[in-house]
Amino acid sequence: MNYKMMGRFIGRILLVEAVFMIPSLVISLVKQENMACTGFAASIGITLALSLLLLVLCKGSKRSFKARDGLVCVGASWIVMSLLGCLPFYISREIPSYLDALFETVSGFTTTGSSILSEIEGLSMSILYWRSFTHWLGGMGVLVFVLAVGASGESSKGFTMHLLRAESPGPQVGKLVPKMKKTAEILYLIYVLLTIVNIAFLLFGGMPLFEAVCTAFGTAGTGGFGIKNDSIAGYSPYIQNVCTVFMLLFGVNFSCYYMLLLRQFYSVFKDEELRLYLGVVFGSIVLITLNLRGFYGTFEETVRHASFQVASIVTTTGYATTDFDLWPTFSKAIILGLMVIGASAGSTGGGFKCARVLIIVKGLRRNLRRAISPQKVQVVRINDNMVDEKVLENTNAYLSAYVIILFLSFIVVSLDRFSVMTSLTAVLSCFNNIGPGLEAVGPTCNFGDFSWLSKLVLIGDMLAGRLEIFPILILFSRTTWGRLKG
Amino acid sequence: MKIIIAGDGKVGTMLTKQLSAEGYDLTLIDDNPKVLESTEERYDIMAVQGNCASMETLERAGVKETDLLIAVTNADEINLLCCMTAHGMNPDIHTIARIRNPEYTDQIFKMRSLFALSMMINPERQAAVEIERLLKYPGFLKRDTFAKGRVEIVELRVDAGHKLCDIALNDLYSIVKCKILVCSVIRGGKAITPGGDFVLREGDRIFVTAPTNVLTTLLRNLGIITHKAKRVILCGGGRVSYYLAQMLLRSGIGVQIVEQNYEKCVQLANMLPKATVIHGDATKEFLLDNEGISDCDALVTLTGVDEMNIIISLYGSSCKVPQIITKLGRLENNTILDALPLGSIISPKELSCNNIVQYVRAMQNQTGAALTVYMIADGQAEAVEFMVDQSTLHCGEPLKKLKIKKNVLVVCIMHGAQLEIPNGDSSFVRGDTVIVVTGADRVLYKLNDIFE
Repeated sequence: MNYKMMGRFIGRILLVEAVFMIPSLVISLVKQENMACTGFAASIGITLALSLLLLVLCKGSKRSFKARDGLVCVGASWIVMSLLGCLPFYISREIPSYLDALFETVSGFTTTGSSILSEIEGLSMSILYWRSFTHWLGGMGVLVFVLAVGASGESSKGFTMHLLRAESPGPQVGKLVPKMKKTAEILYLIYVLLTIVNIAFLLFGGMPLFEAVCTAFGTAGTGGFGIKNDSIAGYSPYIQNVCTVFMLLFGVNFSCYYMLLLRQFYSVFKDEELRLYLGVVFGSIVLITLNLRGFYGTFEETVRHASFQVASIVTTTGYATTDFDLWPTFSKAIILGLMVIGASAGSTGGGFKCARVLIIVKGLRRNLRRAISPQKVQVVRINDNMVDEKVLENTNAYLSAYVIILFLSFIVVSLDRFSVMTSLTAVLSCFNNIGPGLEAVGPTCNFGDFSWLSKLVLIGDMLAGRLEIFPILILFSRTTWGRLKG
Repeated sequence: MKIIIAGDGKVGTMLTKQLSAEGYDLTLIDDNPKVLESTEERYDIMAVQGNCASMETLERAGVKETDLLIAVTNADEINLLCCMTAHGMNPDIHTIARIRNPEYTDQIFKMRSLFALSMMINPERQAAVEIERLLKYPGFLKRDTFAKGRVEIVELRVDAGHKLCDIALNDLYSIVKCKILVCSVIRGGKAITPGGDFVLREGDRIFVTAPTNVLTTLLRNLGIITHKAKRVILCGGGRVSYYLAQMLLRSGIGVQIVEQNYEKCVQLANMLPKATVIHGDATKEFLLDNEGISDCDALVTLTGVDEMNIIISLYGSSCKVPQIITKLGRLENNTILDALPLGSIISPKELSCNNIVQYVRAMQNQTGAALTVYMIADGQAEAVEFMVDQSTLHCGEPLKKLKIKKNVLVVCIMHGAQLEIPNGDSSFVRGDTVIVVTGADRVLYKLNDIFE
């Protein structure tokens, strides 16, 4: 294990985190929120100190950085980042319990949006800002940010690929351009631009600047922390529709946007994952709209609510304009399905990812056909490229790990004596980084009533879901910490 | 004319045989002295041993006085480099290179001048094109096109009970009801140029000149059902298979490819997502049975081993497959095979040779030169297309008054767009195109060579 290199990376991530806390500190100073001000000042101090300590202690390592180190580094840094990121909530006493504060922060960084708070509007502005900003930071990934701003000398070494692979969602992660730093920059550039456009659209709809920024952060990271108790329901239909569109946009693979910038319209048009993603979205909207006939006053309202909820769930954002827990069972079943499928690979959304669904379904079809004619040679092709057998294998392994973790977490959470639906959707919702579930964790409810054990499990699920299981799973593997043989 | 042939492989040897018989000065380059020695013993040529892409070897072969370089080694890259080097040493030289790798084909066609190529040949692709043409008209064993695709010489087999069996050529019209001409018949392995009282017998293979637009009528009146193939089985997953499958799939014909090598199967399955690729040994009968050989429309055997192709084709014919095409690399002119029901026989190397010989002749004599040359009747006869120009003798005289050499037959005259299957009263004028069939022992360089 290359502890020194990992130490340096974590140190730099904490430095970034400390810097990103400064805007919140400024807000708390301007708004004269004394408790929050103390909280942020203390948090910045602690984070900065730890960061500098790590940077000084872990100087210069000549040892190689392996794929295993990349996975461990990503897993560890997200945990450390969350442990320190929750300090403002805790020190300012706005969330008195440290575990609750940690839950809230992990929920933020992993862009889940599940909250333990029942009263959001009572929080101070700076805390609300920090809460939403964790979404934005976690959406694209902190390590990717560090790579983007880091010295090009260091990121030009080959190992940074391991970090990108470990932090970016999707079964096949590749660079957009030859240089890692440039790739990270392009990703963040697209991300920042889309966020700014989103803010502009929200401002145009008459939303106050502070609310617009926070809502856009939640949308961009596909997080879902609102700043109102009723999420987006209180806003005008225009703002709700803007949110629908932008949620869907942030659920698209970012390499599609890059190809658009390069004017490769045809390959975007032909992209099978994009087609599946849009197909799932529009299919669900149509089905739910049909199912909800007569549920709302007008047709416009039905379509608006259906599309908003579908966009919110499929991109794993978790905003709500209506309580879909009251919907008919068929609509709820579709929502449940969307929770699992999730957004596209390479987007800020979570879930199982459309790309994986595509690979699994195509692989399954191949295996079925193979059973019929065993000698027929068939390959799985996506976007006119052959999918490597190794990728197929990994995706199947991912599915197994996904189901096992889901089930084990479900069993532990069931100890809390909630209904089966509540426990199951709570786990699903956290694991897929969505936010709301059904019944007692529905859009109008929160996670505050769970026991400490369930909260710990759900925190683990959120991290595992965001980092695509393996970086977290590998932290618990004994072989990881032993010497690599051979 | 001086010609260098680089590479003494299958095509190289065949070219040597053909071109040396036509009296060109040939120099053969190869790096294997043993092969060179055996070729040198058989033909009147000069042999140079060495790497054909090196300046030194080309120098020794006398590239500076050479008019044409034909690069047919087994490596595309060497062929290209050889042509480029020769062109650098002698800018007036014409170059022909064999390029087989499908990945290169497009780019080389686009950059022909950069690679200094006068002509590029791809035997596998030509074979695939040829097979596809045959599959479009099941019933013909071979099709050769003249006059920009308007006239064809097709090969038919007269089987027992066939409508043409025991019919004299003079009575042909009453059966087929369209104007055609039998220009050559193979009986007992020998090519015969038939007269009007010639009677067709069972087992004859006949070569018929016909306008392209009557081919369907011809087949219908001969009682050969023509329906387009819907499902074709290809045995062997080589380059010919790849090209052919691509063409067939494009025109909506189902393709099954049987290949032994698993890696190749995966590659093919990736490149041809619409084809069915089967991993297995095509010589195993149960495998072909499983893939439904008994009700497929055509079987094409394209493995690299002639013997295997023959065996698979024989099995296909025992399963009553309507159309069988067999690729042969070495055994194509084997008289023993004549008796076997192997369907059409395709030889990629023969196709390439035809093309190159055609190019050489066109170079030899720019005026009155042959436009198209095809070997027919197992190489025992040639069909040659000429343009009638100012140097041509006997313009406007009816054919029956002309003294035409023995074994030479004028089979078609094109007056502009109008096409005539000639009889004794026909004549040609300047600007016409004439197709002549002759025995292969006689070489026609220009149209005047047909007269006594």
